[in-house]
Amino acid sequence: MEAFQNLGFWGTLLVTIVLSALPLVFVLLYALVTIYLEMKVAAHVQDRVAYMRTGWHGVLQPIADFIKLIQKEDIISVAANKKLFILAPYIVFMGTYGAYAAIPFSSIFIGANIDLGAFFIIGISSLVVVGILMAGWASNNKWSIFGAVRSAAQMISYEIPTALAVLIAVMITGSLNLQEVTKFQAGGIQNWLIFGGPLPLLQKILITPFTLITFLILFVASLAEVNRTPFDLPEAESELVQGFFTEYSGMRWALFYVAEYANMFLVAGVAVALFLGGWESPFGSFLSGPIWGLFWFIIKGMVLVFLQIWLRWTLPRLRVDQLMYTSWKVLTPFLFVCIIAIGLILVL
Amino acid sequence: MTAVRIYFNNIWLALSSIAIGMRITMSHLFVKSVTTQYPDVKLKMPERARNRLYVNIDDCIGCDQCSMACPVDCITIETIKSTPDQDLGTTSTGQKKRLHVPVFDIDIAKCCYCGLCVPPCPTECIVMTDVYEFSEFDRKNLIYNFSVMMPQDIEQARAKLKKAEEEAAAKKAAAAAAAAAAKAAAPPAAPPADKPAGAPPSQQPSTPASDTPGQPGKS
Ligand code: SF4
Ligand code: SF4
Repeated sequence: MEAFQNLGFWGTLLVTIVLSALPLVFVLLYALVTIYLEMKVAAHVQDRVAYMRTGWHGVLQPIADFIKLIQKEDIISVAANKKLFILAPYIVFMGTYGAYAAIPFSSIFIGANIDLGAFFIIGISSLVVVGILMAGWASNNKWSIFGAVRSAAQMISYEIPTALAVLIAVMITGSLNLQEVTKFQAGGIQNWLIFGGPLPLLQKILITPFTLITFLILFVASLAEVNRTPFDLPEAESELVQGFFTEYSGMRWALFYVAEYANMFLVAGVAVALFLGGWESPFGSFLSGPIWGLFWFIIKGMVLVFLQIWLRWTLPRLRVDQLMYTSWKVLTPFLFVCIIAIGLILVL
Repeated sequence: MTAVRIYFNNIWLALSSIAIGMRITMSHLFVKSVTTQYPDVKLKMPERARNRLYVNIDDCIGCDQCSMACPVDCITIETIKSTPDQDLGTTSTGQKKRLHVPVFDIDIAKCCYCGLCVPPCPTECIVMTDVYEFSEFDRKNLIYNFSVMMPQDIEQARAKLKKAEEEAAAKKAAAAAAAAAAKAAAPPAAPPADKPAGAPPSQQPSTPASDTPGQPGKS
C-alpha cells in the first residue's frame, strides 16, 4: 500500500475505494460458488443431483437465484420496527465485511495491515450479534426473537474458545498482526502452526499435539460463531422457521445470506492465517509469490469451507444445553490446558 | 473417577461418531445418484399401475356397473334404449349391445384411481392406462367425454325410442280397449279376462290413453 502514498487527496480516496471494494467482489463471487457447492454437496451426500437444468449441471443457478431475489417484493411487516428492521441486515453484513479488512489475502494484499489484526477481527465480528439481535427484535415475531436470543447466547459463549484459540496462536508467534503471523509460518507445511510452527525440534514435538487440538477447537468454535450446522440453532428451520430472518425477503434476505457465506470464509480465513500458514505455499519457496499466495490462501480457505459444508450435511443439530455444554465444559477447559501447556513449553 | 471417565468417554464418542458420519457422507458423495431426470427420462410404469382411465366406448354396453362401483361418483352415464329394429352390433366379447350411450363422462379430477370401476365391467372396456401426464389449465378439461354419439344421433335415437314407446302404448291401449270391450260383451267371464291386458312384462306402466272409461287393468 506504500506505493500509493503521494497521490493527493482524490487519488488516495479513489485507490481506497477500489481496494476496499476488491474483497467485496471476491465475497460475491465466492458466495455464488459456495452456494452452488453447498447445494451440490448436500444433494450428492443424499444421493440426489441438485440443480441440473440451468446451464451445464446447473452452474447458472446461483445467478438465477440472485436475479430472482432482486426482483422480489420488499416486504416489511406492519408490526415490525421499521428502522431497526431495515438497518439490521446492513449491520450484520458490515460486521462480517469489516473483518475482511484484516484478512491477509496475499503478501501484498491486506485491507488494513493493522498490528491488532486478530483482535480487530474478533471485535468487529461481534457486531454481527448486534445485527442479529436487532433483526430478531425488530421483526416482532416470536420465531425471530427466539432465534436472535439463541444466537446471542451462542455467539457470546463461543467467542471465548475462539478468542482463546487465537490467543494461543498469538502466544507462539508473538504478534497479533495476521500478516506477521503468516510470515512466521514460512518455509513449508511443517512450519505451519498446526504442526507447532518453526520451533526447535524438541519444543515442536512437545507442542504439536496441543496446537492440533487448538486448531480443532478453533474450527469447531468458528462453526458456532457463524451459525453453521451442527450449531445452527438461531435459524433452526424445523423449530423456528428461519430464526432471526423469518420476516425478511428479497434483497435484505439475500444480504443475510451473503453475510452468512462471507462469514464462513472469514472464519476459514482466520483459521488459515493463524494455523495453516495463510498465503504461504505448503512447499516452502516453491510456487510462492504474491499471486500464488492469493491462490494458496483461497484454496486453503475453500478446503475449510468445504469441511464446514461436509459437516453440515453430516451432523444433526445440537440441543441448546448441549451447545452450552460443548462450549463451557469441553472447549474452554481444553483450551486452558493447552494455553498452560504451550506456555510452559515455550519457556523451556 | 467415574465422572471423569464419563466426561472423556463422551468426548471420545462424539469425535468418533462424527468421524464415522463424515466417512459415510463422503462415501455417498461418490455414489451414483438415484435421481431420474423426470421430463427427460421417464421411468417405465409397473404393469398394473393405475393411472388415467380409458373407456373403449365401442365395447360399452351401457350397463352402468362401473358408475355404481365408483366410490366418488365421478362417472356419469346416460343411456337410451334401442328399438328392436335397430342393430347396435356386438362388443368384441360377443355381447349384444342394446343401449345407446349418449353420455359417458368421467371427471378425472375427482377420480381417486382406486380402480374399483374396472373389474365389474362385463365387457372389460373400462381400463386403467399408464398415462399420468394430463394436467390442464382449466379444470373443466378434466371431464373426459368418452361418448362418440353426435347430438343429432342422440336426437334421432330419442325420437325413435319415443315413437316406439308411443306405438307400444297405443298398441297396449288398443289391446286394453279390446279386452274391455270383450269384458263388456261377456260379463260372466270377467275375472280372469283382464290379465292379458298387462301382458308384455317389459312395458312400464306408461300412461295409456285416458279416454278409455272403466279401464280395469290400471293400478
Ligand atoms: S378409478 Fe375409482 S374413483 Fe376413478 S372412476 Fe374408477 S371407481 Fe371411480
Ligand atoms: S361397466 Fe363397462 S359396459 Fe358397463 S357401462 Fe361401464 S364401461 Fe360400459
